[in-house]
Amino acid sequence: MRYPIWRIGVFIAAAVWPLLWLYEAWSFALGPDPGKVLVDRLGLGTLILLLITLGMTPLQKLSGWAGWIAVRRQLGLWCFAYVVLHLAAYCVFVLGLDWSQLGVELRKRPYIIVGALGFLSLLVLALTSNRYSQRRLGSRWKKLHRLVYVILGLGLLHMLWIVRADLKEWAIYASIGALLLVLRVPPVARRIPRRITKKATTATKA
Amino acid sequence: MLIKLPKASDCQESDVTPESFYLSRRSLLGGALAGIAASSLPRWVSADEAARYPDVEPGKAPNWFAEKLPATKWQAVTVKDESITPFKDATHYNNFYEFGTDKGDPAKNAGSLKTEPWSVVIDGEVAKPGRYALEDFMKPYQLEERIYRLRCVEAWSMVIPWMGFPISALLKQVEPTSKAKYIRFETLQDAKSMPGQRSSFGLIDWPYVEGLRLDEAMNPLAILAVGMYGRELPNQNGAPLRLVVPWKYGFKSVKSIVRISLVSEQPKTTWQSIAADEYGFYANVNPTVDHPRWTQARERRLPSGLFSPNVRETQMFNGYSDEVASLYTGLDLRKNY
Repeated sequence: MRYPIWRIGVFIAAAVWPLLWLYEAWSFALGPDPGKVLVDRLGLGTLILLLITLGMTPLQKLSGWAGWIAVRRQLGLWCFAYVVLHLAAYCVFVLGLDWSQLGVELRKRPYIIVGALGFLSLLVLALTSNRYSQRRLGSRWKKLHRLVYVILGLGLLHMLWIVRADLKEWAIYASIGALLLVLRVPPVARRIPRRITKKATTATKA
Repeated sequence: MLIKLPKASDCQESDVTPESFYLSRRSLLGGALAGIAASSLPRWVSADEAARYPDVEPGKAPNWFAEKLPATKWQAVTVKDESITPFKDATHYNNFYEFGTDKGDPAKNAGSLKTEPWSVVIDGEVAKPGRYALEDFMKPYQLEERIYRLRCVEAWSMVIPWMGFPISALLKQVEPTSKAKYIRFETLQDAKSMPGQRSSFGLIDWPYVEGLRLDEAMNPLAILAVGMYGRELPNQNGAPLRLVVPWKYGFKSVKSIVRISLVSEQPKTTWQSIAADEYGFYANVNPTVDHPRWTQARERRLPSGLFSPNVRETQMFNGYSDEVASLYTGLDLRKNY
């Protein structure tokens, strides 16, 4: 395994937040409605991890350092882990484990439907993130994993529908997301100077 | 023969804390605090009254408030079998978008709000319009403590001891004309002290506007509040003057009021202007009419612990049906949400 310390560092950096929040909730540092705070933070964490994951390829191209790609799958899986926690926290703290209410929410609330679609898509990507699936799906794997761009759209829409009065925070995430997508449009992507091209190709395969 | 039927919110003799308990608690507090009294002597006067509720941060009461305090009618309205939300939660977890959209933003940012001097404009369909300095505005009224449930449209709730006076008393003073059908309230607009009003991505067209039908405003439960937890309002809770209408969602209870107008047409309220399909003019607490994005059937009574969630059924009119349901006979509450 290449870059072991880098990989472990990323692992710790991603794992530490939910543990810290749980500790804060347990020690009453999250205010009178800690469940809601956890749901919100885990949701935002999912979006931020998705943006970071999508930032790895452009970063690798710009810097030529293969370490970015080495942690891409791990970051994608962390994104999935956060969304699982987000969903679990929503079910426990917002719905109070009332499953019939979940059915109502899934039928009636567009932002819940969009969130559920995003979750299912992330589930598919997480399940096919292993090497076995890569081999089995062959060229279709890459096509399938382009679903991540759709997930970004779903995630941003999900957040937009929750915002009530001030779009500033949402606008920041949306513009970062838009930038990351623009960098992938072929005419733009071609113009990004590729440094140490050879290393980059081998790293993508690794 | 007149038969007096007790209302659910009526205060009964048996609800009153025995004076001996109350006094012994005070002497206990006094004794415990006496030790540090020497080092913090100047704070004593206000801290004494604040001790009515535990852990209340003493404020700096304006003179007019301190003068009114001794004559306050304590516990004029109470809630049965429900505990009062801790002061810290009621003052550090709330919405006041003028200071930011996070629940902690008002407490963090409202220090910049200058509440003295403060003036209130009364205008529109009234016999006695004018601009009043707050201390003059407050002169005619005796303070009453009203312990009310507060239900936020976001499905959380609290129980808060407010101090204020009925709007009906104000209306008696200013004498609405026969054309007056609604009452309109306006919050301060001051981008310098209110960072939320400076956001260029904000969806709200400031100032914040709310309103009531005149008969709703005349209901004895509807009050203008100047204090909570036995002290003046903290800035983040809408100092120095705010509305409290306990049978409606919290956003109706407009904060830091600078203008009260009697009008003939239904005023266009702030949340109606942003999303009319989500927030209606009436905004009565109603468990059978969902917000388009979430259910209103239940609420999280705060504080709601992570491992002991305090979720309960929401009551029609927030439990004040006996007092207010008659205001809405014949009105389709599904359409007039």
